[in-house]
Amino acid sequence: MALQNVCGLQHPPLFPEWSAPLSQSFMPEESTHLFGGGVQHGGAFSARLPGRGALSPLEFYMPISEYLTQSPINFGQISLSSAPKNFLNNNIDIIHPSLPCISLPPPTPCSISPSVPLPFTLSHGTTTLGFAFQGGVIAAADTRSSCAGQVACPNAPKVLPIHSHLVGTTSGTSADCALWKRILSRELRLYQLRHHRRLSTGGAAKLLSHMLHPFKGTELCVAATLCGWDGGGEKDENHAITQVTESDSSSQSTAVCKSKSQQVVTARSGMCGPRVVYVCSDGLRLQGELFSVGSGSPYAYSILDSGVHWGMSAQEAACVAREAVYRATHRDAYSGNNVDLYHVTAEGWRRRERENLKDEYYREKERERKRVAERKNEKKGV
Amino acid sequence: MISSQAYGDNGKMKDYHYSGPVEHKFSPYAFNGGTVLAVAGEDFALVASDTRLSEGYSIHSRDSPKCYKLTDTTVIGCSGFHGDCLTLTKIIEARLKMYKHSNNKGMTSGAIAAMLSTILYGRRFFPYYVYNIIGGLDEEGRGAVYSFDPVGSYQRDSYKAGGSASAMLQPLLDNQIGFKNMENVEQLPLSQDKAVQLVKDVFISAAERDVYTGDALKICIITKEGIREEVVPLRKD
Repeated sequence: MALQNVCGLQHPPLFPEWSAPLSQSFMPEESTHLFGGGVQHGGAFSARLPGRGALSPLEFYMPISEYLTQSPINFGQISLSSAPKNFLNNNIDIIHPSLPCISLPPPTPCSISPSVPLPFTLSHGTTTLGFAFQGGVIAAADTRSSCAGQVACPNAPKVLPIHSHLVGTTSGTSADCALWKRILSRELRLYQLRHHRRLSTGGAAKLLSHMLHPFKGTELCVAATLCGWDGGGEKDENHAITQVTESDSSSQSTAVCKSKSQQVVTARSGMCGPRVVYVCSDGLRLQGELFSVGSGSPYAYSILDSGVHWGMSAQEAACVAREAVYRATHRDAYSGNNVDLYHVTAEGWRRRERENLKDEYYREKERERKRVAERKNEKKGV
Repeated sequence: MISSQAYGDNGKMKDYHYSGPVEHKFSPYAFNGGTVLAVAGEDFALVASDTRLSEGYSIHSRDSPKCYKLTDTTVIGCSGFHGDCLTLTKIIEARLKMYKHSNNKGMTSGAIAAMLSTILYGRRFFPYYVYNIIGGLDEEGRGAVYSFDPVGSYQRDSYKAGGSASAMLQPLLDNQIGFKNMENVEQLPLSQDKAVQLVKDVFISAAERDVYTGDALKICIITKEGIREEVVPLRKD
């Protein structure tokens, strides 16, 4: 898993470079093939170590400057050059020398803020929301992607499915959100294959938060709400579903379902059901029941706070979410176009048809016109 | 998406007009102008670009097209900083060859788009200042257009304009090809001849109003028979 590779706890002999002393020189020539191949291991922040494998668990190795020069896409992956040779084909070594290796000038270590001011702005501005209720989780977002006062894309997908029971809403720079979602999907899939169970929403949020941490202080901007349904494990699937139905009538305003004593479930039983976690590239990671992110979020919050309660039905929940995004798009200049709505249940996520809000505005105008006409008629009648 | 840095607070270009005392720092970027456009049809795709290369008040070249042929079914249009455009296309061509040699087949348009996204994001903290649009045919032979931002965010569209005149061209395309903001119109699918004529008209209009667009227009028409090129002269002033 990505974190184990970073800590180097499990397999110190496989990665001798991780415990190398500080005196090893910074070698930019091996680094950053532009397709993100090599990983450099100089300039480490860890303390001097007496010998290989003596990295104590308390020394959390965080090679911050390296991750800024390495392509973010390969974060957490075992790179081809440092993995044990018996796992690789011999072709890999043949490919490496013939690659067009355009090495970047060695970056100044610890320079986190860009010294190069960019001549363009990246896409920002949105309204996204996610909330949990008894019937699952609703994730909704608008579809306008704006860039410096212009609409770069009127139908950008902002709610991205990560796996069958987890969707994430994205806010911030579109490229960052798209790529980090892909990286997260990859890591979750690897976790699933290695451990034979899906990682919980809280676990996925923690993973994303830790993956983004080395880039804190850079201009990376990702604010995601992970909305998912935790099943509690393959064996416990049936137990989890019956637990949820029992807790429907009894639970109050918590997102954790209460376990009944008759069920033979493990300690994980308290961690099943709908869950919403907010992760931000600043390092914030919050679990809650209701989140709205983006420039239109204040408008959405007002609708959600009055409309959302735990016992609502799926229809009501979808209506409230759609209404919240609709009102936010009306008032916020940077949100607009369409509404995307995803509903996550124990069976997985389901996507509602993307709805164009322009028709809704016209319908609303029509209703207003009818109401005004009726009032006029009443006045005449009286 | 014109360079926001070149203009000072008084609306004049910083390099040519005095707008107060300023500390000159080396900028690795320059804005070389140019407009790129791509349209996807039922069984064809068009990628068009003007051929003017400019910088500030000067024109470096009148014959520098911005469409680059990648495979028999894919053409990429790159506008922005010409140095980054050249390097990026060299890298893409090298990666295409590598893919061909290791997988024994050519890359599809969708694969090229995904690869370009990761290439661009690899330089997240020192981006390529290039606005890319890929036009080509997908595996089923339908037209496909993929538009990118400078750091690799992309998606598939049916039409897109990029570069200095993109803000003028995109609304026109929304109206004529997407039938947006028109009520009670019959939405006919776009034929190849109509699309080519539309692109020519659109660029003639852009050359009228955008100083960085002009000189000549090069259109690459991609069909299953191959790639055909047409060159149309535009305003040279």
